[in-house]
Amino acid sequence: MNALELKNVTKRFGEVVANKNINLSVQSGEILAILGENGSGKTTLMNMIAGIYYPDEGEIFVNGKPVTISSPKDAFNLKIGMIHQHFKLVDIFTATENIVLGIQEKQKFNLKDAEKRVAEISKKYGFDIDPKKKIYEMSVSEKQTVEIVKVLYRGADILILDEPTAVLTPQETEKLFKVIKTMKEDGKSIIIITHKMHEVLSVSDRVAILRRGEYIDTVVTAETNEAELTEMMVGKKISLNINRSEPENSVDRLIIDNLNLTNTEGIKILDSISFTAKSGEILGIAGIAGSGQKELLECIAGLIKTTDGKICYIDPADDKEINLKEKTPVQIRELGVRLSFVPEDRLGMGLVGNMDIIDNMLLRSYKKGHSFFLDKKPPKQLADTIINDLEVVTPGPTTPVRRLSGGNVQKVLVGREIAASPTVLMAAYPVRGLDINSSYTIYNLLNQQKENGVAVIFVGEDLDVLLELCDRILVISSGSVSGIVDGRTATKEEVGLLMTKAKGVKENEEK
Amino acid sequence: MKKNEKVKSHEPFFHISKRTDISLKQGIIVRIIAILLALAVCGIVTKLFTGDDPISIFKTVFQGAFGTGRTLVTIHEIAILLCVSLAVTPAFRMRFWNTGAEGQVLIGCLSTAMCMFYLGGKVPDGMLILIMAIFAVLSGIIWAVIPAFFKAHWGTNETLFTLMMNYVAIQLIEFFLKIADKSGSNVVGPDLLSHGWFPRLFGENYILNIIIVAVLTVLLYIYLNYSKHGYEISVVGESENTARYIGINVKKVIVRTMALSGAICGIAGLLLVGGASHSIDSNLADGRGFTAIMVAWLAKFNPVTMVLTSLLIVFLERGADEVSSKFGLNADFAEILTGIILFFIIGCEFFINYKINFNHKKNSVKEDK
Repeated sequence: MNALELKNVTKRFGEVVANKNINLSVQSGEILAILGENGSGKTTLMNMIAGIYYPDEGEIFVNGKPVTISSPKDAFNLKIGMIHQHFKLVDIFTATENIVLGIQEKQKFNLKDAEKRVAEISKKYGFDIDPKKKIYEMSVSEKQTVEIVKVLYRGADILILDEPTAVLTPQETEKLFKVIKTMKEDGKSIIIITHKMHEVLSVSDRVAILRRGEYIDTVVTAETNEAELTEMMVGKKISLNINRSEPENSVDRLIIDNLNLTNTEGIKILDSISFTAKSGEILGIAGIAGSGQKELLECIAGLIKTTDGKICYIDPADDKEINLKEKTPVQIRELGVRLSFVPEDRLGMGLVGNMDIIDNMLLRSYKKGHSFFLDKKPPKQLADTIINDLEVVTPGPTTPVRRLSGGNVQKVLVGREIAASPTVLMAAYPVRGLDINSSYTIYNLLNQQKENGVAVIFVGEDLDVLLELCDRILVISSGSVSGIVDGRTATKEEVGLLMTKAKGVKENEEK
Repeated sequence: MKKNEKVKSHEPFFHISKRTDISLKQGIIVRIIAILLALAVCGIVTKLFTGDDPISIFKTVFQGAFGTGRTLVTIHEIAILLCVSLAVTPAFRMRFWNTGAEGQVLIGCLSTAMCMFYLGGKVPDGMLILIMAIFAVLSGIIWAVIPAFFKAHWGTNETLFTLMMNYVAIQLIEFFLKIADKSGSNVVGPDLLSHGWFPRLFGENYILNIIIVAVLTVLLYIYLNYSKHGYEISVVGESENTARYIGINVKKVIVRTMALSGAICGIAGLLLVGGASHSIDSNLADGRGFTAIMVAWLAKFNPVTMVLTSLLIVFLERGADEVSSKFGLNADFAEILTGIILFFIIGCEFFINYKINFNHKKNSVKEDK
């Protein structure tokens, strides 16, 4: 009998289908890995099992009985526990206090007994945890342990781990996997969400693959291999017929050398990144989302300060090198560097959702001139031009951009960035969430820029698009460059493997 | 732990979603319904608790605000409240939660009073008024910029900081009262502040104050909507990320905008002391610094709409006062009526911003059992 089974589960958010007819089952004493790229609907699916979302269609069975899970409490009563990517712990409480938090028991609460039980559970499964240690004194790995023990303490039989290794070092990951295997031997069902191929192969019994919200298949890990899984994850190559011209008069425009970035928690976000973007070509950046693409672009745009490495712009007028490192966006503009940036977060960064199209055009140009007052004429003209040329569907230029559909929002943003006649154009996920027609409009715009001699940097997630649009593709994995391939000759599998190539594996192999 | 194999199914009965598409007409209808409902509930409450005729109470409310000889006073009240509301608006548009308008007004009052007290008779009156204005504005700016600077550079909580500054201002006034009036009175009155009074225009008091506030309203409207500064305020308020992205210096904008807020508060203090009461006590701002927040919010931070919302609030306050005295009711009862009306007016914003969807779908799993 299956410990947990999903039948035809569907979840929509507005018009977006996050999960479509998903079928899934886990048995007791089994580790099921859920594999899929970012945005394939893994977390949404798990959140439905954990009671955070409620499915629109379909049924969930626990131990063969149909159930309704409409809150995390329901999930807890069904002995389902989820360990989220972002921990939900009280910093100033001890491990035990966090573990027992929220449990309602009839008898008087006794912290000593609770500590004993925490110690027992830790011993049973081989956790390394001090029940009296405060959370703020803990490392990320210890905090994760507390989250897992918290779920076990509540008697969970089905554990869901959402990308548990994303925050761990390779050594910690190994330790975690050991514990997971002990739990499996104890008869627990474990679902682990991941997109790291070697982890899937080393820890799971079966793998369920999701792609773009759809269920592809479940395979037995022992009977599959990396190449097969990659193909199922990224899908067969689809021909998109995007025009691609040969780069002409390509010269170096932007040189990044040995760029490093460490976040406040001491984790490396960017690890010795080096590459060159050339004029008249589209350089693609591929990688699992969150591998450092966003930070890389923000470093170049002057939004994040780096002290390490080199960011160098070559002026097309006189071939002089201009250092962009540690410059603010305003300083970069004042240096005469025409750098345009279409950020990933369109309405939260690139545009202001509550402002109309005209006011959003103003963002780039409002400072021009010495007048105290705004000159709304040029942005008004620009808005009209963009609405006409890019066929933006809007009631008018005075409609707040948040009311526009995703594709039209993006046309407004890309249109504005291109209007600044850039020499470097960076675009992060410019076609995410766009329909086919809008996507092609964006591809055409990028190609036009390329033909005009602009160095285009395109961060994408769809490998089919990257392979048809880009001249070269830089692949990033966990903050470091895992390869640069030719867009015309590379295969999807090749890029897919580079994307999932983890540094930890290399280190282990070297040992 | 309880063994609970069966989980009760309880799909929520309704859920709430944000609406983006309400038309101006629908919005007005919702607001009118809210006001009618508010009046109905007020009528019922009045009848139940006092037995008085609700219609005559509403009549009294109107007379309290616009009865004979009261109109000008009421308009002046509106002007002062409007002035403070204008002051909080730039900061609020920037999502800087300034709860210190009260203190910024009071410190403006204090500077004005001190100029009148120490310089009165020593410099010509015209010059004195100019000095009063300069000091009132400067002190308001200082009071506002201190928390803004801390917020911009060290991320301190502006709400608490500005709130605490209020108490400092109150204590400073108390200190001045002790020095200025040795009799121990808690007011320094017109006898001691006999110079630097604003001139009467058209033979009436307050006209100059009203004109100043009217001009300020127009200027602020233009500043917020047509100047580069106003545009920067909007961008910072909507999204600091966007501001960073286009290279706005967020810290500078925060400090500059709060300086403007403080300056207008200082002007309000100047008008209160120099143009109206010619006296000072620590209660002179009378909570307007807080009421202004409501006025500004109800008007969605539009200076011109604020004329209407401050009218509404002042009308209710003065009307309620009149009701409680005329009908011999407790002053608190008037506050209850004001509260009911405000509850409906503010509450209806929920229905303008959100829509309620009822779930008719039957739970299929439940039926299977």
